[in-house]
Amino acid sequence: MSHLLREHAPISETAWGVIDDEARTRLTPALAARKLVDFAGPHGWEHSATNLGRTQELADPPVEGVSGRQRRVLAVAELSVPFIIGLDELRDVDRGALDVDLRSLSEAARRLATTENRIVFHGWERAGIVGIVQAATHDRITLGDDCERYPRHVAKAVELLLGAGIDGPYGLALGPETYTRVLETSEHGGYPLLDHLRKILGGPLVWAPGIQGAAVVSMRGGDFLFDCGEDISVGYEHHGAGEVALYLSESFSFRVVTPEAAVALAA
Amino acid sequence: MGFDQYHEPADELPEETRTFARLCASLTEEAEAIGWYEQRLALEPDRDARAIMRDAQGEEFKHFSMDLECLLRRTPLWREIAMGILFREGDIVEQGEEAEEQAVEGAAARGAPVTGSVSLGIGSLRARPAS
Repeated sequence: MSHLLREHAPISETAWGVIDDEARTRLTPALAARKLVDFAGPHGWEHSATNLGRTQELADPPVEGVSGRQRRVLAVAELSVPFIIGLDELRDVDRGALDVDLRSLSEAARRLATTENRIVFHGWERAGIVGIVQAATHDRITLGDDCERYPRHVAKAVELLLGAGIDGPYGLALGPETYTRVLETSEHGGYPLLDHLRKILGGPLVWAPGIQGAAVVSMRGGDFLFDCGEDISVGYEHHGAGEVALYLSESFSFRVVTPEAAVALAA
Repeated sequence: MGFDQYHEPADELPEETRTFARLCASLTEEAEAIGWYEQRLALEPDRDARAIMRDAQGEEFKHFSMDLECLLRRTPLWREIAMGILFREGDIVEQGEEAEEQAVEGAAARGAPVTGSVSLGIGSLRARPAS
């Protein structure tokens, strides 16, 4: 039995299938960071830390004439988001119902994906994680509201990366509002802005809830490392007479290996 | 009553591994049944009997496919390799070798669990470069 305790939930195999499918469906479009950065793992729930390959000196060893060093690691962070599903709804799944109320799960998935993106791009100090936008060493470019100028800004970001010897393809993570603006815009002559930006980047534009502004990142590999302990899973918490409390969880660390491989764009 | 699908002590195996083994056993049985019906059909001259056998074999095709799909959904690496082989034109062996190499090397590099994972199996969402 795994730590998720799924076997203790009053949920049939069919209903678990519906819950897992719904979680996967809701999470996948929103997990923007995973569409851009390197992904290692999943290494499992027992995986506790990422090896940094570095050490720090230990002062005052217990015996004279001996030196000591300690390995430095980046501990994985655990995320957990609770949600509730009515037991009547799950019984109806077993009867073949298709219009099941899984709004609580959808909201949990949105929160988890947003958090994962936020941590990868803006960091989480308490977890010792520095985000891509924080780490980026190039001057920040302001996108502004005029979408027709976006190709110029994105081309400038690509030029900065090339100038630093950072090869492509490049990807662009856009916060939801900026992404919608790009989708709605056609340049002179009706050419979709989205396609123009893709051509400049040579890589994808991704809808990235949780990101403030945008970021152009190199996707050549080896620059941004998402180290997954346990990949996103659904676990069981408890249940009462009318509902069952579940949760989405994952564990991971993230680190920027090459700070100059990204350019932050302010909204 | 046999429990041949288990090669390790069943009471030591996780529940999901026991289910996995049962599905593998079912898959084998469906494939055997398909082969048996194929042999019967090759020899049976009676038209009605042939129609019934053909219908029964269709059932086995369905069962085999459902077992396979269920196993693939639970085994990301298997699924990834299968996606490089199934429903494609071209040299099957060549595609098999390529699919295995890409999937296994990628999974090994990622440390992906082969079976038994209870996660949603989302993993990396980076588009694989077109080969």
